[in-house]
Amino acid sequence: MSSAVEVVETRPEQTASKWALWLRQIGAIFRLEIEKNFLSRRSILIYLIAFSPLFPLALFALFTPPGKEWQDFNNYSFVYSAIYNVLMLRTLIFFGSAWIFMNLFRGELVDRSLHYYFLSAVRREVLVVGKYISGLATSIILFTTTTVVAMLLLYFPHVYSQSVRYFTEGRGLSQLLTYAGVTILACVGYGAFFLVVGLFVRNPIIPALVLYGWEWLNFLLPPLLKKVSVIHYLNSLVPVPISEGPFAVVADPTPAYIAIPSMLVVTIIVLVLAAYRIRHMEIRYGSD
Amino acid sequence: MASSDQLIIFDNVSKFYGEILGVNRVNLQIAPGITSLVGPNGAGKSTLMNLMTGLLRPTRGSITLLGIPTDQPERLFRKVGYCTQFDSFPRGVTGREFINSFLLVHGYDRKQANELSQLAIERVNLVEAADRKVAGYSKGMRQRIRLAQSIAHQPAVLILDEPLNGLDPMVRAETIALFRKLASEGLHLIISSHILHEVDMMSDRVVLLNNGYIVAEGNIHGVRDEMEEHPMQILIRCDQPAKLAAYVFAQNHVVEARLHDDRRGLFVKTRDADRFYLLLNHVVAEGEVNVESVAPVDDDLSAVYQYLIGTTGGSA
Repeated sequence: MSSAVEVVETRPEQTASKWALWLRQIGAIFRLEIEKNFLSRRSILIYLIAFSPLFPLALFALFTPPGKEWQDFNNYSFVYSAIYNVLMLRTLIFFGSAWIFMNLFRGELVDRSLHYYFLSAVRREVLVVGKYISGLATSIILFTTTTVVAMLLLYFPHVYSQSVRYFTEGRGLSQLLTYAGVTILACVGYGAFFLVVGLFVRNPIIPALVLYGWEWLNFLLPPLLKKVSVIHYLNSLVPVPISEGPFAVVADPTPAYIAIPSMLVVTIIVLVLAAYRIRHMEIRYGSD
Repeated sequence: MASSDQLIIFDNVSKFYGEILGVNRVNLQIAPGITSLVGPNGAGKSTLMNLMTGLLRPTRGSITLLGIPTDQPERLFRKVGYCTQFDSFPRGVTGREFINSFLLVHGYDRKQANELSQLAIERVNLVEAADRKVAGYSKGMRQRIRLAQSIAHQPAVLILDEPLNGLDPMVRAETIALFRKLASEGLHLIISSHILHEVDMMSDRVVLLNNGYIVAEGNIHGVRDEMEEHPMQILIRCDQPAKLAAYVFAQNHVVEARLHDDRRGLFVKTRDADRFYLLLNHVVAEGEVNVESVAPVDDDLSAVYQYLIGTTGGSA
């Protein structure tokens, strides 16, 4: 062992204000986490979840489906809305966010590597922010890509000229951007929820399934209870609403100027809870 | 007396895991230099280290390191490095990336992080392997890269949980030399180990733990002095140990006489070493027993340890 190495006197706080230091630390955490989210073995499952709607839609693009309804351009927006609402929003983005955000802390407890963060000179609140942003970036990149590509795959192969007009002159582009916005908001909301669940619960699958059931049964709930869910606010923002069936309890959609800030406020509250939890968290891998 | 911002202070600290005791009523002040925590498995060594670094929170009491409470990691780990026993790493990293990435998390810029990583890697002699994946490292290399990670930010307090585990004899000697060098630079080094002769070689002071309690602390000889009420153990190499045992048993200050495994020596525990030596002189003068050598066997940590907690130190 070399013991004659020159000592370099460097302390990060000497060269940076508190905010600059926190931003740099968030950047370092973000880079570490993004690499894990996209390149680790765990990321294979998230790719499969995120891109699964694209495979049937790619097949659909190759073959002309039977039936006259596919020749009616007006049907496409309802078909996409159904695919988006039922498959993507309620299932894939939900479980994809669960996988990404629960693993931010729970995965590190399983891997027994969380202590390296806890033994760094970083506020644990900064750690929560860095990890959350990395999870958010991951989920947004994957699911908005799927949202956009799925829509284009549905429209363009069979009704090309109408689709071009729809996206350049009609409502296509604004609908596409709205769907992308709803996807981002879903990642923000579900992400914060699952981050906290991963911190508080040893087996996060159970609360995830409970929330999944609650979100699915949302159409049966009375109007007041509907608002205690993420899906209600997201449904309110979807550009083409779908029918929830004959048994659905009808409630007025929440306007965007209430839905978006409400979800952001709840997300911030949940993240504060996560920060409090992580501030008081102990590392005992044996019991995790 | 050093001020509180130069000491590691445990003030009546207890830690319970539900009903199970981790450590209890620990009052301790640790000054710069090498301090070893010694005790058998489950004694509370790792618990004490995890409490010191905020990985665990005390059920009662408080801990400060150089005046910094342990619930402020953003301040604490500017001055503290901790090499845990957890032999795990972030997936897919090289040794250099491992050190570098957490220096960036500390808040160093890339240039500083690269320089500090390189210094740490040089200090643990892992220059050639630094750019290989940690997953391919031997146990000793993993131990060294974790040590490098804990010293990379040049802490004033270095806490090392079983740092010599998995190292071959040559690297052990080098590592101990590094610890001494760091201690000579004014660092606090807190080391847990159960390899007692190495603790004996490198420690300025020891803290002996058993079942969550501190049973003794101080320098090794000081601890021995504290234990005067405990019998001292002496090994007498002679041709007739059984006959010598019969003599010494008659003395009320002798509490135990035990034949050596090779039947060519006798271990005697006595509360009055001076009287025992007088007796031995008498036996030798009488020509009853031919004595080859007489040596106290308890003035090292292992024996003190054995006295204090009633187990064989070397196997703890």
